[in-house]
Amino acid sequence: MNLKQYQDVIIKPLIDENPITLQILGICSALAVTNNLSVTLVMCAAVISVVSFSNLFISLIRNYIPSSIRIIVQMTIIASLVIVVDELLKAYDYETSKKLSVFVGLIITNCIVMGRAEAFAMKQKPLLSFLDGLGNGIGYSLILIGVATIRELFGAGTLFGYEILPLISNGGWYMGNNLLLLPPSSFIIIGLFIWLIRSLRSDQIEEDDFFVSKHSTSPDLTKREINV
Amino acid sequence: MFEHYLSIFITTVFIENIALSLFLGMCTFIAISKKIDAAFGLGIAVIVVCLITVPLNNLIYNYILREDALTWIGIEGSNLEFVELISYIGVIAASVQILEMFLDKYVPALYNALGQFLPLITVNCAILGASLFMVEKDLMFVESIVYGFGAGFGWALAIVVLAGIREKLKYSDIPDGLKGLGTTFIIVGLMSFGFMSFGGISL
Repeated sequence: MNLKQYQDVIIKPLIDENPITLQILGICSALAVTNNLSVTLVMCAAVISVVSFSNLFISLIRNYIPSSIRIIVQMTIIASLVIVVDELLKAYDYETSKKLSVFVGLIITNCIVMGRAEAFAMKQKPLLSFLDGLGNGIGYSLILIGVATIRELFGAGTLFGYEILPLISNGGWYMGNNLLLLPPSSFIIIGLFIWLIRSLRSDQIEEDDFFVSKHSTSPDLTKREINV
Repeated sequence: MFEHYLSIFITTVFIENIALSLFLGMCTFIAISKKIDAAFGLGIAVIVVCLITVPLNNLIYNYILREDALTWIGIEGSNLEFVELISYIGVIAASVQILEMFLDKYVPALYNALGQFLPLITVNCAILGASLFMVEKDLMFVESIVYGFGAGFGWALAIVVLAGIREKLKYSDIPDGLKGLGTTFIIVGLMSFGFMSFGGISL
């Protein structure tokens, strides 16, 4: 147990093992909440706290959980944490809580929380698990904040509600891209993020599902298998 | 009356499709859509589980959790809505487990086809999301049966269509960085834009 190990569990999930772009975890709630930066930040804070504390608590009792009912036990811990977050949000920031509507509740089924509990916290010591949760939460937030910044800045010309690019309708020069305000655009932005990350980290590129014949006669089609 | 239920069904399947308009159940949606067979099996499993859990959660909400719901056993002024999330997820986890055991014992053929997908469904947010939206829409019991079936059906439809597109794209020459996950995200984005066009239908 040394410092390097602690560093690793926090740094790795940021880009090298990012939960969204590599592990395919936690995409569900990522999409509907990203058209506004301040709402996104609240969502990120909620996810980070739930994933790190659920990792901590599950790791603390990991040796006492019978493996046949472990999913229910994990679910109970996660659901209780989410209820705490939900009630806190309703008490201190009711407006945002209304905007997030069911998506706070859906953190329970956010696969990051469950996935990290199952893959990491069930096997590792409490402090390390807590940091792993923190790292994964931050990795998730990085992507979400990136998507939200692009959508709010180029879609509505604002950041946190403050005007950055003055819109034509308000007498400025910028024509807002309404496409970015629609939820499906976040899929396309995440797709492009994945492209960017994989061009920088070529080891993340997925293998082809099919075999490329070495005896292909046509030099232009070396990358394809010809099906006639 | 029949028209009312039909309009709930059509709205849930097309206009408010749980995968492509509300973006629920995305993790399994993207991870298990490489092959049509697997996507079809998972789709059927989601329909069955939605059909069971949404009406069950509707009963629990209306007769136990809702404000003043406990008057039928003589308790006034109760409000248990804060345990909503934990009771729904409990119902979902338990019914998935029971369904799994039931299929294993009585319908082994179906169990072999669906078995591997059932545990995945507990953490599928489409199921919990369907229950939460059912509460938000304030549906009656029979309406919730139709809503549960529609939500599952819409999700199944979307994943089968996505798997079809992905199988078709298997031999395409895609830039290295976009292979696999990257293109899938972009396809889902485009499909979802397509489904937005149903938004113009008024029922």
